[in-house]
Amino acid sequence: MAIRERLSGNEAVAYAIKQINPDVMPAFPITPSTEIPQYVATYIANGEIDTEFIPVESEHSSMSATIGASAAGARALTATSSCGLALMWEELYVAASNRFPIVLALVNRALSGPININADHSDSMGARDSGWIQIYAESNQEAYDNFLQSFRISEHKDVMLPVMICQDGFITSHGVENIELVEDELVKDFVGEYNPEHYLLNSKEPMAVGPYAVSNYYMESKRAQTEALKNAKKVILEVAEEFEKMTGRKYGFFEEYKLDDADYAIVIIGSAAGTCKAAVDDIRERTGKKVGILKIRVFRPFPEEEIAHALRNVKSVAILDRSEMFAATGGPLGAEVTAALYRAGQNKEVVNYLYGLGGRDITVTEFEDVYNELERMAETHEVRDNFKYIGLRE
Amino acid sequence: MISDRINEQSSWRDLTEGNKIYEPATSVQFNTGEWRTQAPVHDEAKCKQCYLCVPVCPDLSISVGDNDKIVFDMDHCKGCGICSKVCPFDAIRMEE
Amino acid sequence: MKNTVEIRWHGRGGQGAKTAALLLADVAFKAGKYVQGFPEYGPERMGAPITAYNRISDEKITVHSNIYDPDYVVVVDEGLLDSIDVTAGLNPEGAIVVNSAKPASEIIPKLHGYTGKVYTVDAHKISVAALGKYFPNSPMLAAIVAVSKVMDKEQFLTEMEGSYKHKFSKKPEVIDGNMKALRMTLEEVLV
Repeated sequence: MAIRERLSGNEAVAYAIKQINPDVMPAFPITPSTEIPQYVATYIANGEIDTEFIPVESEHSSMSATIGASAAGARALTATSSCGLALMWEELYVAASNRFPIVLALVNRALSGPININADHSDSMGARDSGWIQIYAESNQEAYDNFLQSFRISEHKDVMLPVMICQDGFITSHGVENIELVEDELVKDFVGEYNPEHYLLNSKEPMAVGPYAVSNYYMESKRAQTEALKNAKKVILEVAEEFEKMTGRKYGFFEEYKLDDADYAIVIIGSAAGTCKAAVDDIRERTGKKVGILKIRVFRPFPEEEIAHALRNVKSVAILDRSEMFAATGGPLGAEVTAALYRAGQNKEVVNYLYGLGGRDITVTEFEDVYNELERMAETHEVRDNFKYIGLRE
Repeated sequence: MISDRINEQSSWRDLTEGNKIYEPATSVQFNTGEWRTQAPVHDEAKCKQCYLCVPVCPDLSISVGDNDKIVFDMDHCKGCGICSKVCPFDAIRMEE
Repeated sequence: MKNTVEIRWHGRGGQGAKTAALLLADVAFKAGKYVQGFPEYGPERMGAPITAYNRISDEKITVHSNIYDPDYVVVVDEGLLDSIDVTAGLNPEGAIVVNSAKPASEIIPKLHGYTGKVYTVDAHKISVAALGKYFPNSPMLAAIVAVSKVMDKEQFLTEMEGSYKHKFSKKPEVIDGNMKALRMTLEEVLV
């Protein structure tokens, strides 16, 4: 029987960490992810888990120490947000290219400046090319469930890549919601023990990590890394299937909400998808118009063909980005989903919106306006601007 | 041998994850001696077997061999000349 | 949405409006509801106006936006009435509860023409009488439960006693005082 609880997103992730009892957690506090190491430190102080907690002096060091622990053979993780992730930049690439199965609990927060503590995806989207697997959550439940699945994906022998488990700062990290927890024993069995094949502390097999690669080797190394991300797609689905058997909760690369018969679709990531669902329910009930959502869960590896397939029957698509990429052409999700549709030979009206930057709220009514615009675009075959803003004061 | 998997002809498919090397002392396989422009010449008559040259060699290319005499590993000696500088008896001379 | 009760709290940083919203979520959860309790975060400054929210429903809640058209509003600090339009978007079928020693008739002129029900609770008087100190949380929590009827009063008292016993396990002397504050408020707020 699942355990009925109410927890904030930070509590939920910390609870997952407690249930997994990893070997090493180096961390440095930053709003809004601070509570995660705080709760874990409390579990350790209370003797509930025996994770080695390493207080460090910066996020560059927390990721470095996590890498060191992982290289040594430990199941290692850390947590951060925003500028903390930015300070890890160099190490993010080191973690991915050296193929360390690290997990990072990321609580999404806007990057400076202007300095801001609230939710947007500029931190993780900025790290989208670092080689990490990225999995996003709509709710506390999803943040928890994704975390329970994370090590199974990262440590799979065909993957061996770090995983970022993302949730929206404050909106889910500090909001208390109902959640169903999995029993400790089931989690233990599901996640399993970590037995690395090669590790630095193995005295029977001396090894070298992170060698210099001249141009004669570098491209092959990068190609091999891409293969691991391709493999991750299969593993992510396998782990999700097993997770569904345990909990009844279904996960994939994305969630299709009333998309089967939809004429108009919104593509979105994160907590705002829940608000969008209320708009979809309301529009369908009030007007009978066929509106739906494609909520991205896995952004890296990018499920390009699957997204295009899911959107094949809709007439028009709005892609909503919670981060700028300063190409002056919209956001990263907009660019990649549009490319996916083009490569699949789909010719339909597509618009990219920026919303929710720095914690700007987005409401059910605003989603309804987007669906109205999608209907207009499909009827007139006219897209007025390729990208625009929701809730911006002109 | 790890070099069967990681060499200048290997396909990306053969590389280890992150190019990790699961073998000790593989640097021996790399002949840095090819980089040499000057080579040490040992004058056995002047050598007092003080062995000051042994620990200073950055490439571990000087060892103590039979009859307590020093031996140069010319596969790995880069010809840096540190041994020559450190020798108190001018027993090591660098030549082109 | 129509099955969801939405509540907006207005208070000042450090006064406990956020804690009260989380406590309400907690107690409604224990009563079997789907709940949300969340503050609107900004720079944390003691005394600055803050807003916190609750959604309470018999069905799963997916909306993650703030609340703009609440069914109920709770004002933990009467002084906020002069600076903030606390009734903005408030459902005229709902109600507002203000922490004040004044009768509702003296509060109504400050509510920008709000036509719904207005209740006042003298949380200061109740808190000092019950606890000997001024903690407005317990009275305001009891008041919103009485006014919104999101749960049965007896069940509310039972669940709160459990929460206090857990929260104040090292200070059992304050449990009775807080329970007394809840009961006094439930008797005082006649809906």
